Amino acid sequence: MQIVVTLSHVPDTATKIKISSDRKSIDPAGVSFVINPYDEFAIEEGLRTKEKFGGNVIIVSYGNDGAKESIKKALAMGADKGILIKGDLNVDSLTVAKALATKISELKPDVVFCGKQSVDYDSSAVAQMLAELLNLPSISTVVSLEFSDGKLKAKREVEGGLEIVESTLPAIITAQKGLNEPRYASIKGIMAAKSKPIEEATFDASQNKLSVNELRLPDSKRKSRIFDSEDASISELVRLLREEAKVI
Amino acid sequence: MKFEGVDYYHIDDLLFDDEKMARNTIREFVDDKVLPIIEKHYREGTFPMHLVPEMAALGIFGATLPEKYGCAGLNNVAYGLLMQELERGDSGIRSFASVQSALTMYPIYTFGTEEQKDYWLPKLARGEKIGCFGLTEPDYGSNPGGMITRAEKVDGGFILNGTKMWITNGSIADVAVVWAKWNGVVHGFLVEKDFKGFSAPEMKGKHSLRASITSELVLDNVFVPDSHWLPNTQGLKSALMCLTQARYGIAWGVIGSAMVAYTTALDYAKSRIQFSRPIAGYQLIQAKLVWMLTEITKAQLLVLQLGRLKDQGKARYTHVSMAKRNNCEVALEICRVAREILGANGILDEYPIMRHSANLESVKTYEGTHEMHTLIVGEDITGIPAYE
Ligand SMILES: Cc1cc2nc3c(=O)[nH]c(=O)nc-3n(C[C@H](O)[C@H](O)[C@H](O)COP(=O)(O)OP(=O)(O)OC[C@H]3O[C@@H](n4cnc5c(N)ncnc54)[C@H](O)[C@@H]3O)c2cc1C
Ligand SMILES: Cc1cc2nc3c(=O)[nH]c(=O)nc-3n(C[C@H](O)[C@H](O)[C@H](O)COP(=O)(O)OP(=O)(O)OC[C@H]3O[C@@H](n4cnc5c(N)ncnc54)[C@H](O)[C@@H]3O)c2cc1C
Repeated sequence: MQIVVTLSHVPDTATKIKISSDRKSIDPAGVSFVINPYDEFAIEEGLRTKEKFGGNVIIVSYGNDGAKESIKKALAMGADKGILIKGDLNVDSLTVAKALATKISELKPDVVFCGKQSVDYDSSAVAQMLAELLNLPSISTVVSLEFSDGKLKAKREVEGGLEIVESTLPAIITAQKGLNEPRYASIKGIMAAKSKPIEEATFDASQNKLSVNELRLPDSKRKSRIFDSEDASISELVRLLREEAKVI
Repeated sequence: MKFEGVDYYHIDDLLFDDEKMARNTIREFVDDKVLPIIEKHYREGTFPMHLVPEMAALGIFGATLPEKYGCAGLNNVAYGLLMQELERGDSGIRSFASVQSALTMYPIYTFGTEEQKDYWLPKLARGEKIGCFGLTEPDYGSNPGGMITRAEKVDGGFILNGTKMWITNGSIADVAVVWAKWNGVVHGFLVEKDFKGFSAPEMKGKHSLRASITSELVLDNVFVPDSHWLPNTQGLKSALMCLTQARYGIAWGVIGSAMVAYTTALDYAKSRIQFSRPIAGYQLIQAKLVWMLTEITKAQLLVLQLGRLKDQGKARYTHVSMAKRNNCEVALEICRVAREILGANGILDEYPIMRHSANLESVKTYEGTHEMHTLIVGEDITGIPAYE
């Protein structure tokens, strides 16, 4: 099977984000970047699919040179090859989807695994746009997956329950937490990754339609008020918390 | 909680990508799999056996040995970083890996026959077999050359008699690398656990390295076939070569413990308020924190250069002694100072400090005591041995 996994190189959710002086992007200094956690489930599913049916796992990422670090980790986990499509980072989801689609269509995949969303901008849009551009069926937020007779059966999370769907191949799957437990990159895998290729491509992002005007951090000042025991408003506050906010 | 490391001097910039990646993978493993369970094992005095297959799958055992034997062919700097991360979990976990890699696989690789290597190394790498290293005896610790354990040549093999003590992994090992004198010369032998006359009772009552098994090895007329003699061992020097490998890993490993102590103390000091403000705002506390970070940074630079020398084939055993001696001592002292900063909380098992501190008491003593390493470097620079 030709298995493609998309990978996004994102700031670690545990690091403190700072905004660059242009006020439109994240200042990468001092921020550690990781594989988008949902993409880790996608990589793991790709590897397991290969282990069952044979084939190749190819990682495709749109980003800058920094993304090579995450691609290398995916290769160390066991993927066979990486492709980095270099382009401007301040682009919209559609541009990213187009960049990925150009490469992925050349690869003629049987299945494409994506994370259900990327934890940097959280648009949850690229995979579905990619499916549209490639004219493929897509199944999102998948928590379990089975291939049989050239088809796939997937369980996906829906509000308050599970939906079980079937699709022809090729198809695009977006991975939800719970799909699997991603493996560690082993030491041998890390050594083997040194000789695995990372191909570079470029994409002309000039057709980008959506642009960021400004990024802001959430207001960090706590909007709190301290009441003292004499304060007459306490009973009013308790009433509001109970009746309006319904939290107590 | 993810561990971010301690890197005041951007020492990461001196590491290659694959070295950092190897470290980070073990760092994740320790955060996910070791830290949640280690206190319980420490308290109960048990080794977490269930981690062995996982450590094997990660490729930790014999990581520097060639791929031909199922190993990763890692360089020494990356290997050191693995030891650092494992010891950040617990010295007992690092000790297991050290004994398996440096004290079992290394001697088989270095002194064994091709058949011995082909048979044992892949199994030890996969964690299907566990090894131990029997050098120390009840009456011979710092001076193992005086060992009493004897090998006598008989038809088809050897008869071994003697007692070893303080042997890490002894009771859980499938194979023991036992050092014994044959005609007055020290040789290495592979003793399997079910050989007749061999037993490995566990030693109890430790206040240190509680999540590691320590045992006696009793050899009562044990027949060891010729196939289990390590033919390329040449006296005590061969045993000491193994120790040099293990000491190298320890010099890196203890930095892991020191990092935990420092970061725990720093976080605590920033949030603990006594008198009017966080204790981190008092000069006496700052002096302690600055000292800890400075010693960690020096220790990091020491082992990094040592590792580079080792990768170039230029590291001498005396270089390793200097690093083992210094890093164990400062790591232990850093734990003690961290404990002070935490006040009474420092003695609780809610914090990892007391466990690391107690562990390092062993680590400072095993693989050559602090004093022995002083004498080794002392002899090297003066030309005068001062042991006797
Ligand atoms: C938890 C643990 C695990 C161990 N695992 C192993 C193992 O797997 N395999 C193994 O073979 N051994 C193992 N050891 C043994 C360890 O290597 C010895 O404990 C160590 O070599 C010291 O020997 P000793 O305890 O007999 O102390 P001794 O040699 O009796 O030393 C006692 C003190 O005297 C000092 N001293 C000795 N000679 C001199 C001198 N000439 N001048 C100045 N001071 C001197 C020492 O530095 C020390 O402070 C382990 C020990 C521990 C605690
Ligand atoms: C086993 C045990 C038994 C105990 N039994 C009793 C008992 O029976 N009765 C009882 O009342 N208490 C008891 N204690 C409590 C003990 O007296 C306190 O732990 C001790 O006073 C220190 O307080 P602390 O632990 O809150 O540390 P903290 O006061 O929080 O101190 C933390 C660190 O900050 C340092 N520090 C604090 N202020 C400053 C400053 N201004 N400048 C510089 N450094 C500063 C301290 O020296 C210490 O290193 C016991 C403690 C233990 C561990």
